[in-house]
Amino acid sequence: MHEIIGKIFIIVGLGFDILGCIGLLRLPDVYNRLQATTKCVTLGTCSILSGTFILRGYSATGMKAILAVIFLVMTSPVAAHALARGSHKSGVRLWKGSVVDKYEEEKSNEIS
Amino acid sequence: MRNKANRKNWLIIFLCVVIAVLGIISYPDLPSLLNWQSSFLSRCFFILMICFLMCLIRIMAGPTAGDRAVAMDTLGILIVGFCAILSISTGRDWYLDIAIAWALQSFIGALALAKYLEGKGFDE
Repeated sequence: MHEIIGKIFIIVGLGFDILGCIGLLRLPDVYNRLQATTKCVTLGTCSILSGTFILRGYSATGMKAILAVIFLVMTSPVAAHALARGSHKSGVRLWKGSVVDKYEEEKSNEIS
Repeated sequence: MRNKANRKNWLIIFLCVVIAVLGIISYPDLPSLLNWQSSFLSRCFFILMICFLMCLIRIMAGPTAGDRAVAMDTLGILIVGFCAILSISTGRDWYLDIAIAWALQSFIGALALAKYLEGKGFDE
């Protein structure tokens, strides 16, 4: 039973991975691409690692998988936030369909 | 000009999806998709290879430096999942050590790229 549940977790993770990579190719802007890849790829990889844990149980492999899940959940949003902030500061414009840019307003308020 | 670039982008996506769907459907007995030893892991590797190919296309064709940094971060996270599936298929647990080390390296690399994009020094 737990083998089938683990396989289903791995299949769901691969689906999220390929959807995130299609978003990386398809969306028009740095920030949209970052949004798609961060959510989908983090959830997909964490799902693959959870499937590994369910398949292998409380062995060395399973505990290392849980450790990797905790590490990814902790660090991936931080890296995505830093990349978005860095590319905004380096002068990448938003897509022309985007309507609001709070960070730009805040920076102009600080200057004036 | 923009229309032509848009059409080329759609063509790449369409080719990738067609290759993935053919790889899944062309297997002779579809109920053995959940069969463990024979072909499930090779199909997982196939789908992850398509994801790597998409990330490499974005690294090659990204208009700005931020796109390339985002694609590098995504590639690092995908390799962690690849190491997990590899540890299942071979039954050795030290592939997950490689996965944890690669996640750490990808995180530090993404932070360094972000600081580089901001245009400031590393010792701020």
